Amino acid sequence: MSSPFRRIEEPSDCWVEIQIDGQTTRAREGDSVAAAMLASGLSSSRTTPISGAPRAPYCMMGVCFECLVEIDGIPNRQSCQIVVQEGMQICRQIGTAEGYR
Amino acid sequence: MEQHELVIIGGGPAGLAAAATAAKAGVESLLMDEQATPGGQVYRAVGETSVQRAALLGPDYQRGRELVEQFNDSGAGYLPNTTLWNLNDQREIGILRDGQASLICADRVIIASGAMERPIPFPGWTLPGVMTAGAGQILLKSSGLVPGNGLVLAGVGPLLLLLAWQYLRAGVKIHAILDMAPTGNLWKALPHLPNALRAHHYILKGLQYQLQLKWAGVKFFNGVTDLQAVGNDSLEAVEFTHRNSRQSIKTPLLFSHFGVIPDSHLSRCTACDHRWDSAQLCWRPVTDEWGNSSLDGISVIGDGAGIGGAVAARHAGRVAAFESVRALGYMNEKQRDEAAREDQRWMKDDLRIRPFLEALFRPPSALLSESEDKTLVCRCEEINAGEIRCAIRAGHEDTNQIKFLTRCGMGPCQGRQCDNAVSQIVAHELGVDMLVAGGYRIRPPIRPLTIEQLAALDVGSVSK
Repeated sequence: MSSPFRRIEEPSDCWVEIQIDGQTTRAREGDSVAAAMLASGLSSSRTTPISGAPRAPYCMMGVCFECLVEIDGIPNRQSCQIVVQEGMQICRQIGTAEGYR
Repeated sequence: MEQHELVIIGGGPAGLAAAATAAKAGVESLLMDEQATPGGQVYRAVGETSVQRAALLGPDYQRGRELVEQFNDSGAGYLPNTTLWNLNDQREIGILRDGQASLICADRVIIASGAMERPIPFPGWTLPGVMTAGAGQILLKSSGLVPGNGLVLAGVGPLLLLLAWQYLRAGVKIHAILDMAPTGNLWKALPHLPNALRAHHYILKGLQYQLQLKWAGVKFFNGVTDLQAVGNDSLEAVEFTHRNSRQSIKTPLLFSHFGVIPDSHLSRCTACDHRWDSAQLCWRPVTDEWGNSSLDGISVIGDGAGIGGAVAARHAGRVAAFESVRALGYMNEKQRDEAAREDQRWMKDDLRIRPFLEALFRPPSALLSESEDKTLVCRCEEINAGEIRCAIRAGHEDTNQIKFLTRCGMGPCQGRQCDNAVSQIVAHELGVDMLVAGGYRIRPPIRPLTIEQLAALDVGSVSK
């Protein structure tokens, strides 16, 4: 997956490992989950429950709810508002989230 | 129920200044914020950001550091990572922290919820690869992420220029800047220029950004209309009309921006009085010169009360803090007037630029209420402008009726993205005032809350 984003290199970089849809990837400490997904090259983070259209983080500040994903088993989390933690399990949300149906 | 003297909601310049000022005056003050660190959107991550990133972002951003330090040294309480799902006229505040919901209460509440970008529907705006300019800037501030294969910037407003300038310094390839301000805006803005010159540093900065961008060879297209994002599963190209010719630019990213509006969900949830501001094109709470809303003990300040920018927000925070100090009995009226005088003067001076900016960067009316029928207006429920017009023609005459009929505004974002657009379509189609068209009625919970969290609500001893 190639991301349309790149990192500005910084000497003070600290990294954590997270899993996105089972794939291990690296995120910078302090990244929101949404930022980590965009950096990893994930083109969409969910599909809509209505038409199944792909969506990705849009506003990055908690007002559009496009970045909803499942984090550590809990669906419908606003990934732009949650900071990555070592070992976090992130899953794209396909259509209506489980447990929300 | 946990009780506080003063609760400040929002950790941007208004909230930080209010909390620091009130705490230093001896008021027990608690600031709660959604973010992990203080700064709001404008000074996001200012305390943690690396030297390189801070240098890229420029001196205005770095000025936030002082504000954060004053807050940290003030003795005010601080609840980061805290989501608010309710605030009522009794000043009972529903919060969510670490998955635990609880209710707390305050003698005074200062809402400093800040701004959000004005959502403007255009064809393709839901495609992955299309984001807002504000989102791009947040990625830069918080994560040092920038477009790697270039981008197109489109829309109206000073943030577009600022972000382009920051990207230029970061070595990002800007394929084009599509300026969508109607050409007539400049003439409408000119009468406001003499007054705006009192805050001329803003204008000089804008000109400087523009010059540096043009110098660097960034392509500007002025008077752009009919913006469209094109692609199958993600953005492939941006199409637009410029001087009567249809153009297309291949790009993996489009960042759009159409100005900012108050993030009014929380103030509207309290049901304090709001009015439609026809210059800023947004709902804003009715407040007096101290920031007091129509509800006892609740004030709304900063961009959340009407767009004035970060500097005015800081002064508004201090002014509202002195008013709270007075209302809580730590100061008399004369002492408050004395304490707040300087900030009121600075705020007034700084706000002089606003009528000029509002006229210069007014989004084209074609984008506000005349979206093509097939353009999605409600991103969540996927309702297009045609369906909204259909509901209007069927006899539904206000925004809330349209919501009940079509489900627009009932998805996860609870109408944050389509509210203004739907109201403006209703007002335009029926030829009525925005107050008649109305906005969505905002009800708690205004943030997602699971039934489990609600059932486990910690209310302590409920007083009523």
